[in-house]
Amino acid sequence: MLDKTGVPTIEQIRSRFHDQATLVRPKAILECYENIPCNPCETSCPFNAIHIGEDINQKPVLDPDKCTGCGICVYSCPGLAIIVCQLINQKARFKIPYELLPIPKANEEWIAVDRSGNAIGTATIIKVDCLGKQQKTTIVTVEVPIEKLYEFITIRSPYE
Amino acid sequence: MRIKQHPILDFEPKRPILFRYNNQEVIGYEGDTIAAALHAAGIKVLSFSMVEKRPRGFYCAIGNCGSCHMTVNGVPNVKTCLTMLEEGMEVVSMETKVK
Amino acid sequence: MRTTELLIIGGGPAGLMAAKTALEAGAQVTLIDRNNRLGGQLIKQTHKFFGSEKQYAKTRGLTIAEKLITDLEDYHDRLKICLNTTALGLYRDRVVTTVCNDTYDKIHPQAIIVATGAFEKCLAFENNDLPGIYGAGAVQTLMNLYGVLPGKEIVMVGSGNIGLIVSYQLIQAGVRVKAVLEAAPVIGGYKVHASKLRRLGVPILTSTTVQKAIGSLEIEKIVTVKLDSNWQAIEGSEAEIYVDALCVAVGLSPMHQLLSMADIQMCYVSELGGLVPHVSEDYETSLDSVFVAGDVTGVEEASSAIVEGAIAGLMAAKKMNHLHPEADRILCEYRTQLDNLRSGPCGCKIRNGLGKLKENQHVG
Repeated sequence: MLDKTGVPTIEQIRSRFHDQATLVRPKAILECYENIPCNPCETSCPFNAIHIGEDINQKPVLDPDKCTGCGICVYSCPGLAIIVCQLINQKARFKIPYELLPIPKANEEWIAVDRSGNAIGTATIIKVDCLGKQQKTTIVTVEVPIEKLYEFITIRSPYE
Repeated sequence: MRIKQHPILDFEPKRPILFRYNNQEVIGYEGDTIAAALHAAGIKVLSFSMVEKRPRGFYCAIGNCGSCHMTVNGVPNVKTCLTMLEEGMEVVSMETKVK
Repeated sequence: MRTTELLIIGGGPAGLMAAKTALEAGAQVTLIDRNNRLGGQLIKQTHKFFGSEKQYAKTRGLTIAEKLITDLEDYHDRLKICLNTTALGLYRDRVVTTVCNDTYDKIHPQAIIVATGAFEKCLAFENNDLPGIYGAGAVQTLMNLYGVLPGKEIVMVGSGNIGLIVSYQLIQAGVRVKAVLEAAPVIGGYKVHASKLRRLGVPILTSTTVQKAIGSLEIEKIVTVKLDSNWQAIEGSEAEIYVDALCVAVGLSPMHQLLSMADIQMCYVSELGGLVPHVSEDYETSLDSVFVAGDVTGVEEASSAIVEGAIAGLMAAKKMNHLHPEADRILCEYRTQLDNLRSGPCGCKIRNGLGKLKENQHVG
């Protein structure tokens, strides 16, 4: 499916999520399903929580015990294939990479979008980071209903 | 159509440059190639093929394909995708074979 | 006639990196490029690069170009850069003829590195010459260098990495990408790029291609058609899409002309994009002291071009007895990097192509 449509299966998605007890703290979700020659996620992680190894064609593996959910890998991944997820106050809170205009602002309500590009409800913008080291990949912290945990992937502006 | 805002790149306003395309006045900007300035002004048809008179636009924009040739200041077969725009340039479509 | 130790033709990722390692080794270098600035196609790459940090991964292409150019500044006493300078001919006595602003010149260097890159292929379909139909690189040039939009509504033909990346860049610039068409049954490029587009609502239509373009003076719409497992059009599956621009990203072909002109041993390898030179392990061609690097040796990612450039620069310098103090160590490291970049499933096509090239060389 992924290689025909660009949309991963629910099994693929679930395989990258950690159990709900682990997600009480923020953890990186590595949605890299293909062996491509790339390893910035591994080399950018200050906690050695992501392992690829000598052969950079291997898929990344996360050590959730070491991952602090800092989000450095989110803007380091050239494929924009990493998000950070945390379950908090009965909501799913994500840090997502965003490279479009307009840039959202905290407290705005944006459209939550799934991996096929469909609107799936509302996403509340919590925080927006655009530091120099992110090289213009904005990191947006958003909250969506917990039921959208495996569906949510990005946001769309409600102002278009 | 020019990009006003871009999430990655900065496009600063530049000095306008006046030039002529087939005797019609067109405004481009400093740093434009002739082809880019024409495109931004909505002009995609640069010339016509010599035999069948089919319209020609640019294809590669880096000087390889030869589809963007026009007569510039009286000189035929100029690669407009590489040639930088200058004030007062006379840019004319080509329709017949010029040696 | 001008002389120089090493002449590098082409200031893209391969040529810039070749200049760097050759200068580090102590060579005197002349770098020519037909454009008015260095960087080749890197300067319009707004995405972050893949690979490892050794090839500047996670840095945007345009920033990589800046870094490679800045690295050369330390060597200004031994480096001459000639912009707006096109190499017109390469002859067997290693003379290169050039033109710069209507002034013709001849250069006779001791060694040459040809790093001319590649050009975009086109696709055969009815009315493929209508204005408004562009190569993907042309669209990048227009948008990312000149800040001009190619159109409002566009369709991309080809789902290789270039097609997928340029589609994403079009969306970033504010263009609506109505679909990405792919003739093959599966997406060609990295799936992470495809997923990025899908979540923005762009459909990727596999086993589908463009049958014809329609328009009087400019493109107005296209007709798409589905393909069966034998790549034949399925009758009745035609569909129309209104567009004001069509972008063609169906691969690149090496810019072999200078090499072919000097009668250097070449071989047609479709996996590498077309005519490519036979090379030694040191990237030297069949013509003594003429080296190659980057896409002209076979079309690959820019990360490979950077590494090939590094190797060719070192070896060309060595040929002129300029030995880099750590030549053996860094050479070994660059070769390992290249193997690493090509060793995965995505490098399969390149490995097959290089295998064919080698086989043919032995036969020849």
